[in-house]
Amino acid sequence: MPVSADPMNTEAAPFIRLRNVAKTFTRDGAEFQALSDASFDIRAGEFVCLVGPSGCGKSTLLRILAGLLPANAGSTVSIGSPADPFRPGRDVGIAFQQPLLLKWRRVLENVMLPAEILGLPMRETRERARDLLNLVGLSQAERKYPYELSGGMQQRVAIARSLVHDPKLVLMDEPFGALDALTRERMNVELLRIWEKSGKTIVLVTHGIGEAVFLGQRVVVLTAGPARMAADIPIELPPQRTLELKTSEAFGAYSRRIYGLLGMS
Amino acid sequence: MQRKTLQVAGIALLAHLLALLAWHLVVTVGKVPAFILPSPAATFATLGNARYDWWGNTAVTAVEIMGGFAIATVLGVLFALAFTWSRLALTLLMPLLITFNMIPKVALGPLVIVWMSYGVVTNIVIAFAIAFFPILLTTLRGLRETEPELLELVGALHATRWQVFTKIQLPGSLPYLFSGMKVGSVLAVAGAIVGEFIGSEAGLGYLMLQVQVRLDTAAMMMSVLLISLIGIILYGLVSALEALVVVRDARLG
Repeated sequence: MPVSADPMNTEAAPFIRLRNVAKTFTRDGAEFQALSDASFDIRAGEFVCLVGPSGCGKSTLLRILAGLLPANAGSTVSIGSPADPFRPGRDVGIAFQQPLLLKWRRVLENVMLPAEILGLPMRETRERARDLLNLVGLSQAERKYPYELSGGMQQRVAIARSLVHDPKLVLMDEPFGALDALTRERMNVELLRIWEKSGKTIVLVTHGIGEAVFLGQRVVVLTAGPARMAADIPIELPPQRTLELKTSEAFGAYSRRIYGLLGMS
Repeated sequence: MQRKTLQVAGIALLAHLLALLAWHLVVTVGKVPAFILPSPAATFATLGNARYDWWGNTAVTAVEIMGGFAIATVLGVLFALAFTWSRLALTLLMPLLITFNMIPKVALGPLVIVWMSYGVVTNIVIAFAIAFFPILLTTLRGLRETEPELLELVGALHATRWQVFTKIQLPGSLPYLFSGMKVGSVLAVAGAIVGEFIGSEAGLGYLMLQVQVRLDTAAMMMSVLLISLIGIILYGLVSALEALVVVRDARLG
């Protein structure tokens, strides 16, 4: 551990620092602003939700964090710190709305894919994949093919896959968007449990306001037309979150505030 | 599972026997003359006629079909791979191949005979020419059928092109390849027979032309049955290989 001259500062150094992050695409000669003005920090181990309507740039922001898209000049995107280094192309795990499992691979081999791509030792990877399947409650299913699983189970496999190479940052783009409402709520509770056990930094994109408040320690609100960041709201709800919380007054107040920011109240 | 497969096979066999029975009834009840439509029994009886060299002719046709089909599969897959890897190859060769495919292969037959004289090799070429394109097209489609988000998922891990190809694109294209092979197997049969009709000195298509002159309709029917049998065996081999290689859910049917 490098000793810093100012220990307080090291303590406060965020894992991810975004300043004036913007992204414009050029389509058929016309410029199109996909994201502007995103400035916020994410601490290591934090669970942050990005919420907003379609076209607000939340998926663009996620792709910038994944290193799949460059941000515009003038933007600052820094991930990691000397105390907590981040290796692009190595330390990122992703889960999308669709499970995107390889149909011809059994569950265990699907989970192992990222580690295979990174060339990690296979024996350890298999162990880890088994542990993760256990964590997502699918230890019985490792020999099954994806088509033998329900949509919710497939998405659990995708979440295990996003963790198998032990990434520091996990990005989730509407991971439960294709599930029915009840399965989705169950998966939310499940995901919080996985997050607590794994200690990962998670950035999750959703357009479900309730989902964002329930999951996030912070909710970053993005608005569309023009696409920009509207607010960064710390969610001070009890750390042990259960579904009853969704009926509480505090939960309702946060939700109302976000609806208001999105011009929907 | 096993039991269900047997059941399905049993029903398939029954359906074929019923078709034979219907054929028999049409001939006997309708009193159809034998030179128009011989009975199933009369048709199978021609197998005893040694002058027709059934074994030899069937073997020749089978070699033509299988040969043309095998070459079409190998080249179809190779071209699909080349087109996936090289944008230049795709833009340069694909339009040519599409034009080539528009040529009716029957029209190509007499030319191939001029170039290569008639015989087994010529008919293999015609069978290949007709079976090649669908195999190429479906394999090409399969290689491109990868979800863009899956490519992002591995792209964020800096996956190499080779990794994407071997771990995602190639296995993902197999169901398409088999679908193309099934279409190709049917076409290869037609190609070989067309070749034999245009010019040949052996094979079931050649035999059909010989016995047609003698109005031996039973032998013609028998030839058709044997040609179909070769096609069925080829199709069965492709399906069996598919069952072995492709996970059930991924099969295109």
